[in-house]
Amino acid sequence: MSEQITLTPRQRQDLRTIAAMIVPPSEEYRVPGADDDIIQADIIATLGRDARLVAAALDHLARLAGMPLSDLEPAARENVAQQFRIAGGAPAATLVRVVLQCYYRDDRVLRSLGLELRAPFPKGYVLPDGDWSLLDPVKARAGTLRRAT
Amino acid sequence: MKDPVDVLIIGAGASGAAVAWSLAETKMHILCLEQGGWMNPAEYPSTGRDWEAKFYGEWSSSPNVRGRPEDYPINDDNSPIKVVNYNAVGGSTVMYTAHWPRLHPSDFKVKTLDGVADDWPIDYDALTPFFEENDRMMGTSGLSGDPLSPLTHPPMPQQPMGLSGAIIGKAMNERGWHWWPSDTTVATMDYEGRARCINLGHCTPACAQGAKSSTDITYWPHAVRAGVELRTHCRVREITTDENGMASGVVYYDKDGVEQFQPAHVVIIACNGVGTPRLLLNSASGRFPNGLANSSGLVGKNLMFHPYAQIYGFVKEPTDSNRAPPTCLWSKEWYDTDLSRGFVRGYGVQFVRGAGPVFEAVVSEQKGILPWGEDHHRVFRKLNGHRLGFSAICEDLPEEHNQVTLDPVLKDSHGIPAPKIDYTISENSRKMMEHALARGREFLETAGATDICVNSPIPWGGWHLLGTARMGTDPSRSVVNEWGRSHDVKNLFIVDGSIFVTSGGVNPTSTIQALALYIADQMKQRLANLFD
Repeated sequence: MSEQITLTPRQRQDLRTIAAMIVPPSEEYRVPGADDDIIQADIIATLGRDARLVAAALDHLARLAGMPLSDLEPAARENVAQQFRIAGGAPAATLVRVVLQCYYRDDRVLRSLGLELRAPFPKGYVLPDGDWSLLDPVKARAGTLRRAT
Repeated sequence: MKDPVDVLIIGAGASGAAVAWSLAETKMHILCLEQGGWMNPAEYPSTGRDWEAKFYGEWSSSPNVRGRPEDYPINDDNSPIKVVNYNAVGGSTVMYTAHWPRLHPSDFKVKTLDGVADDWPIDYDALTPFFEENDRMMGTSGLSGDPLSPLTHPPMPQQPMGLSGAIIGKAMNERGWHWWPSDTTVATMDYEGRARCINLGHCTPACAQGAKSSTDITYWPHAVRAGVELRTHCRVREITTDENGMASGVVYYDKDGVEQFQPAHVVIIACNGVGTPRLLLNSASGRFPNGLANSSGLVGKNLMFHPYAQIYGFVKEPTDSNRAPPTCLWSKEWYDTDLSRGFVRGYGVQFVRGAGPVFEAVVSEQKGILPWGEDHHRVFRKLNGHRLGFSAICEDLPEEHNQVTLDPVLKDSHGIPAPKIDYTISENSRKMMEHALARGREFLETAGATDICVNSPIPWGGWHLLGTARMGTDPSRSVVNEWGRSHDVKNLFIVDGSIFVTSGGVNPTSTIQALALYIADQMKQRLANLFD
């Protein structure tokens, strides 16, 4: 169901800029920003059915900025981003979601979060069985199932 | 022309599978037509690193978002709750949480007990043996002895409590409120060819391990081995009738899109509370101008969803996040009517263990608690892996203005008119939801949660599609009789959630399947005079 929409160079430039505003790099957490080349390549490669809405969001962003987003002064850029976030509707929400879903599957990011770099299947995870004596107060209190007759 | 079959079942989901399996022992020629195909677990989301992203596209719970060829569109613009379902062999049991409560005995006597809606024409005791049979077939896990739930005997032990369960249990104990391990259809040990759960995370969009029960891996293999024919990628357009007003068969589109006619002596509809009225309304004819089996005018009316009031927050301790089945515990503390609360009936609660990182980031950003910019990383680390949720399944009472009709414009890929939903949340439900949110907030605060957020209703929470072809003894007030046969068309049966009279405050699949088995049993007992 992927749509044949390719982002223009200008759209890609704005996508990179807004992505960095959403998730900037962090030295403290040793993670790249969402404008990182690998993450951007993942976004572009997997846009699929989201391409139309993401392109619409970037067109909206371009109208708000009036020039490449990265060329705006920081305060003006921040203002545009806020307007975009507040009034961007479904296209803006889709763009943000696409950025986040690619960011939070990047190896470096997952490693920083202490998460394993793998699909859930087939290894799965282990859960503690827990202390079922926690149910003792519930059993002691009992209660009555409401009958129908 | 094709040879007629004895029994034609439309839909291979929860109820279609159960009724097919049960009737198989009659050795009749049974054919099931299913618009979807067999699923391939190797392609399920949890097999890939992009498992969470798939929930927003090809594995969305909404057919309108998913848009697979097997899906049909639904106009739910005029409803605050959007319809979610799955179309395949297994139906929506492929994509559900596996939470497995059943209706309470009191749910069948709503009018008698609380003076609202209607009593069912059958009672809990009539279904008891079929609940038990269904639990064995689906393979349930849980802990027998819940003082506030009907007695069940799950063949497998309950799911592990996990990190989240311990936090939930302690907070509920501190409040003095009921909680209990949920009955689920998650296999906690190897069971009937299914491997035990290894905690792949979110069970909802299908289980690659096969630990979560869905009818494609439970009922259907048995039914097919017993001789039932299951024809996939066949979408039924209409049920036809003969000069005597009996169902004569169905017109359907086969896997190549070619129109076919399949004659049948008995037709059973198992298409859920939206698909079933859609089919009946699309089967209008000169003899049945308002739709088939609709002399009462109630086909499509009384749609019940269960509005979900969800509240969640973030605790200091780590929770199970995406490393466990999402549901593990329930509460029936507020299940029964207490008029001092300002509403009738009540709600069940299912607790939520947590969420994966992508879901957490996307949802928290949308809620405005995860900022853009410099502070994003610090806040995300506070939220991710710390979520705890409380979801109230509020009993929806039947109201005729909540309905499924045919959309005058929207059609599916075969040109068949699509369903249109008109639904509003009642005042009683709103009060119930507010009550639930208040209790949920108290629970979360007791657990030490912060950043509390609300989804009320959960917009994409229309899992439970009930009431649109209700059962009853009065043909003017119901669509099918007390054993699932149409009042108007005596060889037409309905076995899905559309025959519910009221909705209870629990996930309905267990009760839907028990009803399907009960109706199949009634049919078997009455074979000699089924059409009298």
